[in-house]
Amino acid sequence: MVQNIIDVRNLSKSFDISTKEPGLKGTIKHFFRRETKSLKVIKDISFEIKEGEIVGFLGANGAGKTTILKMLCGLIYPSEGSILVSGHLPFRRKENFLKNITLIMGQKQQLIWDLPPIESFYLNASIYDLDKIEAKKRIKKLSEMLEIDEELFIPVRKLSLGQRMKSELLAALIHEPNILFLDEPTLGLDINAQRNLRKFLQKYNKETNATICLTSHYMKDITSLCKRVICVQEGSISYDGKLDLLLKKLSPVKEILIVCRSEEDAIKLENSGFTVKNKIKNEITIKIENNSITSSLKTILNNFDIEDLFINEPPIDEIIGKILIKKDYDI
Amino acid sequence: MISNLINRKLFTLLKVQYSNMLEYRVEIALWAISGIIPFFMLNIWTNNNLNEYINISDVMLSRYFLCAFFIRQFSVVWVVFSFEEDSLMGKVSPYLIQPLNPFFRYFAQHLAEQITRFPFALIIAFFFFIFNPESIWIPNLGILLLSIVSTFLSFLIQFLIQSIVACLCFWTEKASSIERLLFIPTLFLSGLLAPVVSFPAYVKSWIYLTPFPYLIDFPANLLSGNETNISGGLSMQILWIFLLFPLFKKIWSEGTKKYTAMGS
Repeated sequence: MVQNIIDVRNLSKSFDISTKEPGLKGTIKHFFRRETKSLKVIKDISFEIKEGEIVGFLGANGAGKTTILKMLCGLIYPSEGSILVSGHLPFRRKENFLKNITLIMGQKQQLIWDLPPIESFYLNASIYDLDKIEAKKRIKKLSEMLEIDEELFIPVRKLSLGQRMKSELLAALIHEPNILFLDEPTLGLDINAQRNLRKFLQKYNKETNATICLTSHYMKDITSLCKRVICVQEGSISYDGKLDLLLKKLSPVKEILIVCRSEEDAIKLENSGFTVKNKIKNEITIKIENNSITSSLKTILNNFDIEDLFINEPPIDEIIGKILIKKDYDI
Repeated sequence: MISNLINRKLFTLLKVQYSNMLEYRVEIALWAISGIIPFFMLNIWTNNNLNEYINISDVMLSRYFLCAFFIRQFSVVWVVFSFEEDSLMGKVSPYLIQPLNPFFRYFAQHLAEQITRFPFALIIAFFFFIFNPESIWIPNLGILLLSIVSTFLSFLIQFLIQSIVACLCFWTEKASSIERLLFIPTLFLSGLLAPVVSFPAYVKSWIYLTPFPYLIDFPANLLSGNETNISGGLSMQILWIFLLFPLFKKIWSEGTKKYTAMGS
């Protein structure tokens, strides 16, 4: 049986935020008396993640996804509740724990700006107690997987964003961690770079059975990497389960574009009881529930003269967008 | 474990940071030049014959200020500014989840910068001797070694003081303003502007209870050959390190609990 590598129970996090009224009066008041309020950004959440799982955290900006990742990797202290990652309390930041994890933030970098990435790799290797031979071996292996070569010897400041991100990944993975926390790793990358990065993460997960926790606003990252998603809404978990089940729940109907041989057939079809979205000449778009697609299509093909037929999957961004925009969306 | 840390981690850090510092060699040369305050002070002291009040000859005074310049070059600390920026911008986050305290990075940066500074400081000293040939002297090997140790201890004291102040970033965000406050006693009481011996006796007795005279005055007197209590000075330096280190560890451990990873 695959065991849980991350176990979170009743976790909450509050931040003290100082508030200020606008205008000169507010500024003066703020100067003499600071008013702070406690903002609960994570509210009593619980979940567990199994070894080797890739889990996507979904949510609008400010929902609390990154805060959860920061607590999981031990960067910030939880206010309440418990976290166990690989048997450790993350915020204690014990050496054995730190050697097992990595955190990659799309908008932050750890590479030394004015030096070629190779220098940062060897530095990280020594921080993680790798000898030079082992470090060389790992750099070679990872650079092959990431398809980077001569970029290793060019100062970081001269690299493109994609090349830099690949180098960041290499630096973050040189100690072969078995838990990866990725906070928007494809942020700002072009389509090809995003695809390559996803391919790499899939490969890494397959080869090392590493557990990956990922946040991203690019739905392609989530759909191609994660079977399971955790939706975070205003600090609470609104859904924790399989991605395809979520999609079915959020989008129970499919749209089917039917091209009839004649306009008369289209009119007949329009009046045959299906839910029609629109009709233009001999083309008609109808909505059919997911669980009756086969039988409905059979009926249509048997009773109408059809020239062509297209089943349109609703765009995933649109579906997920629903839960991000609508705060009280019932999943 | 400690030997592994010093042998491998710190050595690699130092190597990498030295390569990084060499990228900034022009800036470091300018920084070295900007540290010539002791030479201005020497000028003020000798032009006004102030040294007569403290029974130090012109030659010994010029050696003192040259040594003060050297000690300052190798004990300048700016960790509070680097840490504050990194902390506010969230750059410190990736370092916090590595099995090495981020302050080792700053420590290596400082050491690497000192190595880079060394040739520029020598050039400045060379010009100093051209204009003050009577000040040329060669300290004996023992004194030279003790001075190097004392300068390093001075650097450690300043590094620990600033690191403690830097950790206040976890509470105040703008810890560098506290450092500005500390800069005043550092400037006046360390011996950078005037040898501590020139202060009135009752002030001196208080000054020697603070860490400041052990930052510049003691190592500069030691290296220049002025009369000084070597074992007393070194003991006080070590004592201050022993007092400051646990304080740093405590404030670091409490501070990281407050860290909010802003900007990341």
